[in-house]
Amino acid sequence: MAQQNHNMLEVSGLKKRFGDDIVLDGVDLTVSRGEVVVILGSSGCGKSTLLRCINGLESVDEGSIRIDGEEVAVGSRSLTRLRQKIGMVFQSYDLFPHKNILDNITLAPVKVQKRSKQEARAQAEQLLRRVGLWEKRKAYPRELSGGQKQRVAIVRALCLNPEIMLFDEVTAALDPEMVREVLDVMLELAQGGMTMLIVTHEMQFARAVADRIVFLDEGKVLENLPAEEFFENPRTQRAKDFLQTFEFKKQ
Amino acid sequence: MQGSGIEVLFLGSNFARLLEGLWVTMRISILAVVMSVPLGILFGLFMTLQNPIAKAVSRVYLEFIRIMPQLVLLFIAYFGVTRAFGWNWDAEFSAVLVFTLWGTAEMGDLVRGALKSIPQHQYDSAQALGMSRMQTFGYIIIPQTLRRLLPPTINLTTRMIKTTSLVVLIGITEVLKVGKQIIDVNRFRYPTASLWVYGAVFILYFLACWPVSVLAKYLEKRWR
Ligand SMILES: Nc1ncnc2c1ncn2[C@@H]1O[C@H](COP(=O)(O)OP(=O)(O)OP(=O)(O)O)[C@@H](O)[C@H]1O
Ligand SMILES: [Mg+2]
Repeated sequence: MAQQNHNMLEVSGLKKRFGDDIVLDGVDLTVSRGEVVVILGSSGCGKSTLLRCINGLESVDEGSIRIDGEEVAVGSRSLTRLRQKIGMVFQSYDLFPHKNILDNITLAPVKVQKRSKQEARAQAEQLLRRVGLWEKRKAYPRELSGGQKQRVAIVRALCLNPEIMLFDEVTAALDPEMVREVLDVMLELAQGGMTMLIVTHEMQFARAVADRIVFLDEGKVLENLPAEEFFENPRTQRAKDFLQTFEFKKQ
Repeated sequence: MQGSGIEVLFLGSNFARLLEGLWVTMRISILAVVMSVPLGILFGLFMTLQNPIAKAVSRVYLEFIRIMPQLVLLFIAYFGVTRAFGWNWDAEFSAVLVFTLWGTAEMGDLVRGALKSIPQHQYDSAQALGMSRMQTFGYIIIPQTLRRLLPPTINLTTRMIKTTSLVVLIGITEVLKVGKQIIDVNRFRYPTASLWVYGAVFILYFLACWPVSVLAKYLEKRWR
């Protein structure tokens, strides 16, 4: 198939300004099918903005973003169709509070993808069982813990059968003991061959899950290396300093 | 001969007249509420527009309606307009108009507040799931907004029912006025009539507002 020739995601020369602030300053990034890329960088360097641009939640000022060869253009008719190829999970718990877990998950498959209720439910069941939350299908989001909510949010995105998943610090707002259960789900997804672009501050997890690390600083890509190489031998001083902040040594 | 006051309620057609008076009150407030809710929703949406002219216009309207006592608005609509333009609006029409203008302003502000209280990430995650703008509003934003709107809207409705008693001052014979007439006619035969008549009016008002709050409780539970 012709499609297979394209990278799953291709970002080139991406620039994004908020007023006079240049938040993304010529970002180039490709993710091929089945690859897991982790974006690292200090707070405010533009990681969330990059992910939001990729699925068209923010307009871009210059450059292009292609999903499977197709341009992401804010406001275009193709955007809602393209978004179904992109699953996104946010840091804030973003489940719909007026719908129970099952309805949260099946709403988009039924209304957006026009799939049958039974079929969507069957897939939701299978996914919920996989993350151990089938028993909670009738519960409302407020009845779930933070970790459970994020696992449901992942399932909700997966139920659209996306071709690439974007994760924006999905464990950052969680209590420490709940981080693990969410990361395990992501790790399993990665091992299952899902294409993933992950923003995280969990260094050990990044190291375990990533094929490649992209280090972002002040809106620019400073490093783009295989994971092992980045952690063992970062090229830039900025990246070294950044990694240093996660190390604890007895004085 | 002096009789017990309670008999007054059932003398002749007195009770029927009281009910008729209540119906006048209800008719005015129901009409006003039925028009205020959709108009208020539109006004609330209008207020959320980023356009500075839309903001200024809605601000002035809201402040004007809020600052003016409803009684003054009623007088303007009924006496003022007749004098100034020679239009002869019927009192009930003036009352419905004023209460609709008031209800629209208050409802609009409630809608604006409820819409603003829906966090941005609800819009974002709906869109990230591929929903169109229409779908985002239809399935995510509006249902949540309605849930938040329910208690204050019920509150506004009962406030409107109660405030309609002001229309007596532009000559509409509503329930309180009927009550007063009955008391006046029976002043000497039944000196305690006022207690019973006003008691009956009190209960009628309660019966008018109570189903509204029962409905609200029911909906709140169902929508939880
Ligand atoms: N909607 C917005 N309007 C104006 N400025 C914004 C907006 N969103 C983000 N910014 C600015 O853009 C810059 C990058 O923000 P972004 O959220 O992408 O950073 P981040 O790398 O995700 O940071 P963090 O690790 O804290 O989440 C910041 O300086 C932020 O203040
Ligand atoms: Mg961020």
